[in-house]
Amino acid sequence: MRRILANPYAPAFALAVVVVMVPLLVPSPFYLRLATLVFINALVVVGLNLLMGYAGQISLGHAAFFAMGAYASAIGPAHLGLPTLASMLAGIVLTGVVAYGVGKPILRFKGYHLAVATLGLGVIVSIVITNEIAWTGGPDGMQVARLWIGSWRVSGVANWYWVAGITLIVAMLGAANLLSSPTGRALRAIHDSEVAAGVLGIDVARYKLLVFVISAIYAATAGAFLALFDGHVTPVTGGILRSIEFVAMAVLGGLGSILGSVLGAAVLVVLPQALTSFHEFEHAILGAILMVLMIALRRGVIPSLQSWLLRGAA
Amino acid sequence: MKPIRALVCAVLMAPGLATAARSEILIGSVLSTTGPASFLGEPEKQTLEVYAKRINDAGGVNGEKIRLIIYDDGSDASNSRTFATRLVEQDQVVAVVGGTGTGNSLAMIPVFEEAGIPFVSLSGGVDIIDPVRKWVFKPPHTDRMACAKIFTDLKQRGLTNAAFIAGQGGYAKSMVTQCRSVAGQYGIKILAEESYGPRDSDMTAQLTRIKALPGLKAVINADIGQGPAIVTRNAAQINLGMPLYQSHGAATQGYLELAGPAAEGVRLPGPSLLVAEQLPDSDPQKKVLLDYTAVIEKATGKPVGTFGGYAHDGLLLLVDAMKRAGSADPAKVRDQLEKTKGYVATVGIITMSPTDHLGIDLSAFRMLEVKRGKWAVVD
Repeated sequence: MRRILANPYAPAFALAVVVVMVPLLVPSPFYLRLATLVFINALVVVGLNLLMGYAGQISLGHAAFFAMGAYASAIGPAHLGLPTLASMLAGIVLTGVVAYGVGKPILRFKGYHLAVATLGLGVIVSIVITNEIAWTGGPDGMQVARLWIGSWRVSGVANWYWVAGITLIVAMLGAANLLSSPTGRALRAIHDSEVAAGVLGIDVARYKLLVFVISAIYAATAGAFLALFDGHVTPVTGGILRSIEFVAMAVLGGLGSILGSVLGAAVLVVLPQALTSFHEFEHAILGAILMVLMIALRRGVIPSLQSWLLRGAA
Repeated sequence: MKPIRALVCAVLMAPGLATAARSEILIGSVLSTTGPASFLGEPEKQTLEVYAKRINDAGGVNGEKIRLIIYDDGSDASNSRTFATRLVEQDQVVAVVGGTGTGNSLAMIPVFEEAGIPFVSLSGGVDIIDPVRKWVFKPPHTDRMACAKIFTDLKQRGLTNAAFIAGQGGYAKSMVTQCRSVAGQYGIKILAEESYGPRDSDMTAQLTRIKALPGLKAVINADIGQGPAIVTRNAAQINLGMPLYQSHGAATQGYLELAGPAAEGVRLPGPSLLVAEQLPDSDPQKKVLLDYTAVIEKATGKPVGTFGGYAHDGLLLLVDAMKRAGSADPAKVRDQLEKTKGYVATVGIITMSPTDHLGIDLSAFRMLEVKRGKWAVVD
């Protein structure tokens, strides 16, 4: 038990099992859509959790990266005549570059300067998307061309379920790999004490920047998937509330826990669907459930359960 | 993950089981009853609920009761799409009326097109029915029609040089874009376009800049909410000296109250709903409009608005098509929707055809002018 729980790759394998099982168990494609949305959100949160849980930095602008990936996939084919796949990849690279540009000067400081800078970035991206009607369609959003990979037309929930699921597994393996590498050890050292890490010769700013860029790339990939999956994208995709939702998913599942990221995303995507029968009280109940979870399982759902299970096994 | 999966299945199966027993007609709806568009979504929801109950109390449709399944998308188009999928796959509705914002409707359309479910949209954007889509209909006026109505009036008065002052919301943006695209057809020149932020409380600077333009004959303000009232007051303060036009977004009682005496002489294209009492008894819409006003004011205690009227028209169009089809079969209902002819609704008199899924023309809008703090029909 202890060994399974301690294996850094275990969450990705657990998810792989779930990804294969879900289509066999669910009664209608609606659930596959929900699962796909969970995977897409989890992809952002896994990246964000690396930043929050290991580099100890908060980003309040991840929806901006999410939206950049989404709109790049939409604008490339519509206005520049690029193939969808190429514009999606270009958007992801571009988002990485923007994150580098924002993070480079900011991450040299201690404290939560990144939170403020990303908050600003989020507002700017949101304003640009809303106002550049000729490019983005403004508040009504724009249609997104279908994705073709070779002769495979990636559309419909049956295709996107697998694309998003497999990408998430790869992203989790990547994150686990990063964490068990020397870089991961450096990140954990930074999280425990920046001063001590610096004394040990770790370039604190460089590692933080690396994680920030990786998390932005994860977010952009997820954003591109959502846009291509929905076939339509609106500025709400990049709104400030979305950023806060991502942070809530990371905190709820548990900071520093990859599996927690997936669980946090699952809870916040599925719960609103499950609560629709309560009509007006939906939001109040959702809030109450989140509060109770955070009070009872203070370190997030997965880390709290993990330490409880480990105590039980010992 | 396992317990979560079990939870997911258990919780989500519950509504699925509830719909198993069906001797009723399920009509789905996705509205923005929370979030930035909630001031549109909320009256739509109230109207749907009030009218569904009235229809059932009167014996239902073809002997069956209708049941509404209404979801709130929180004004997020991706959520609309999720709920659209849920209505089709899970709830297995036979028709859908809803979609508060244009973006929300556009995001849902592919789901209904693919499933073959008739969808009556409640959003304003012209993109919803242009090009015509087989399963998609919409009663609301489009922005383009509001522009056309204003431009027709400008031309008649010989005021062919106009300037825009607009907000930055979706409504205003879309309106200005549509107006620019049709201005040429009416011989209107747009000399300038000024904008203001959603929380701005003074637009004197923009108006002064516009006023200084040589040869300008009229100013058009495109916005909803408090913006139009502020623009109207500011225009009076700086003595604009030329006619001010508002869009149909300002066609509310709230605008008259906020703008006060400054609104005297302001013109706008408005729905007949606002001036129902002033219409001659011979007007075919008068009875429908007065009925709707009475029902909603009694049920909610609030004055009627254009957007609730859209929901009324959307639901009743569907019900009318179901009655004519003699069943709730989606394909038959769609065919009957397309054959809707001379249906009297709050937005106008609707006649659909295979090439027109909007069904109303410019006569659905009336040019209104504010006279002594009330709407008066000019044309």
